[in-house]
Amino acid sequence: MKKIQALVIKELGSYFISPVAYVIIFIFLAVAGFLFFQILSYFNVQSIQMMRYPGLLDRLNLNDMVLFPFFHNVVVFFTFLIPVLTMRLLSEEKKLGTGELLFTSPITTTEVVLGKFFSAALLILVMLLFSFVYPLVILIFGNPDAGPILTAYLGLFLLGCAAAGLGLLTSSLTENQIIAVISAWGILILLLIIGWAAQSVGPTFGAVLQHLSFMEHFQSFSKGIIELKGVVYYLSFIFFTLFLTQRVLDSQSWR
Amino acid sequence: MIEVENLTKRYGNILAVDRVSFRVDSGEIVGFLGPNGAGKTTIMRILTGFIPPTGGRAILSGFDIMEKPLEVKRRIGYLPEHPPIYNDMLVSPYLEFVSQLKEVEAKERTREVRRVMDLCGLTEVENRLIGNLSRGYRQRVGLAQALLGDPEILVLDEPTIGLDPRQIIEIRELIKNLRSEHTIILSSHILPEVEMLCGRVIIIHEGKIVAEDRPEHLQSTLKSSDRLFVQVGRAGPEVPESIRRIPGVISVFTEEKIPGGYLIDLERDEQKVREEVARVIVAGGFGLLELKPIRMSLEEVFVRLTTVESGSPEEGGKFS
Ligand SMILES: Nc1ncnc2c1ncn2[C@@H]1O[C@H](COP(=O)(O)OP(=O)(O)O)[C@@H](O)[C@H]1O
Ligand SMILES: [Mg+2]
Repeated sequence: MKKIQALVIKELGSYFISPVAYVIIFIFLAVAGFLFFQILSYFNVQSIQMMRYPGLLDRLNLNDMVLFPFFHNVVVFFTFLIPVLTMRLLSEEKKLGTGELLFTSPITTTEVVLGKFFSAALLILVMLLFSFVYPLVILIFGNPDAGPILTAYLGLFLLGCAAAGLGLLTSSLTENQIIAVISAWGILILLLIIGWAAQSVGPTFGAVLQHLSFMEHFQSFSKGIIELKGVVYYLSFIFFTLFLTQRVLDSQSWR
Repeated sequence: MIEVENLTKRYGNILAVDRVSFRVDSGEIVGFLGPNGAGKTTIMRILTGFIPPTGGRAILSGFDIMEKPLEVKRRIGYLPEHPPIYNDMLVSPYLEFVSQLKEVEAKERTREVRRVMDLCGLTEVENRLIGNLSRGYRQRVGLAQALLGDPEILVLDEPTIGLDPRQIIEIRELIKNLRSEHTIILSSHILPEVEMLCGRVIIIHEGKIVAEDRPEHLQSTLKSSDRLFVQVGRAGPEVPESIRRIPGVISVFTEEKIPGGYLIDLERDEQKVREEVARVIVAGGFGLLELKPIRMSLEEVFVRLTTVESGSPEEGGKFS
């Protein structure tokens, strides 16, 4: 446990010594901010129009018209940023030969995987905390329902961790960071289009695909519902990718 | 203590290590000597638990590396061929990090990091970024990392490779000072280095042990022929001709650097032959100026044992 902690501290140090963490957090906040103000100004236009029809005013809801579209749009960009955070975590150990220290120290491969994963998870948490300024604006100047905001954040965090698990797996498979990030994107795109394909195939098979879809499970979180199957999906995705990563590190092909 | 039995490592159809067996006693310092690709790194990687062997056993400090890898790893300090350093870390936080991996007690950590930094001469760079350090300092950081936690066994893979001569001397001094406190295995393809540092040499070639002895024994027991150096006042073609006729002489070469100098290869260094050489030179009226036996350097023993084809080793005089 102490060794996992040592790894986490070391990795977080590396994130913040190099510009990587700052650049990623900055880009994420910039894009999220752009989306947020786009949606907000559209909401303004809409509300001015709706003033004329008092009957529609009760449909003017900050949760449905601002926050839901915001999370809905931001989640895709967020997902694709995560493998950039994780791409160097294991590939670099292999490339620089530092893995030779790690794997000749009295630390198990499971501890290595967990240490790397937790450091990525903490960075994701930091990213999400910073992005909270946008919903905060709504919370201060309007009175939306706070529940869906919190569940959306829980969903974002779970989804982010799942993407980090996938990123860690691809990072363990190559010593080239670019290959690691691109193959993670490839798999994410696949998990994304599965959801779209689900709508065009038959109902039973469609349901299966729907369940496998990476983004699908996020929907209910952003609507304020914590669905058990969504939580289970992300947690098992994390477990599965970390387990595979550990197998890769243990296999001699890695050395 | 290290006991290795029939260790074998196969990469596809390359046999990198072929049934290697040896033993290193506590406090001993043993050198692996061999040309590039001999299998030194592979053996060290197996001993440190980085890669599993294809066959055979390795027992370090009483623990089998395959059965109790963590117990072995707790007792080993390892300096790989490329120092395992993170360029984006400062020297002292890096050593702190490694000491945590090596399970150094929290309350002793600061003192232990200081100890290895002092030992390796790193105190003046403790707050520098490792990536900005010179090659020599990076190697010292790598060595410092291996010393953390005062491990029983040290495995050093080519500790002086790629350093300039001054840095080489510094690192060698450092290793010399570690003797007696640790069981050390180091590898090198530089002979004088092994000769200087190690109590015993294991010569490895194409994955096999071809010789194993104390450096001075290797020289005296393994030489299959001996050499004499003579210098005469009046050189000429008749000098080598008449020497060559002496029974026991294999060949005679002109030593180009010294006027009138010749190198004589003998079957055995026998006093009788030496006397005869002196007599022939005096009788021929060549003017004997000097006659001395030349002990074959470990380098030549090595060349003879492994017949390395490409180039000469990096340093060291030809004759000691
Ligand atoms: N990961 C690997 N995959 C395939 N062959 C390897 C690998 N590592 C080493 N070898 C081969 O094993 C042999 C021994 O290499 P090595 O142990 O590095 O020798 P040395 O350290 O004595 O120079 C060489 O022929 C090398 O090409
Ligand atoms: Mg080597």
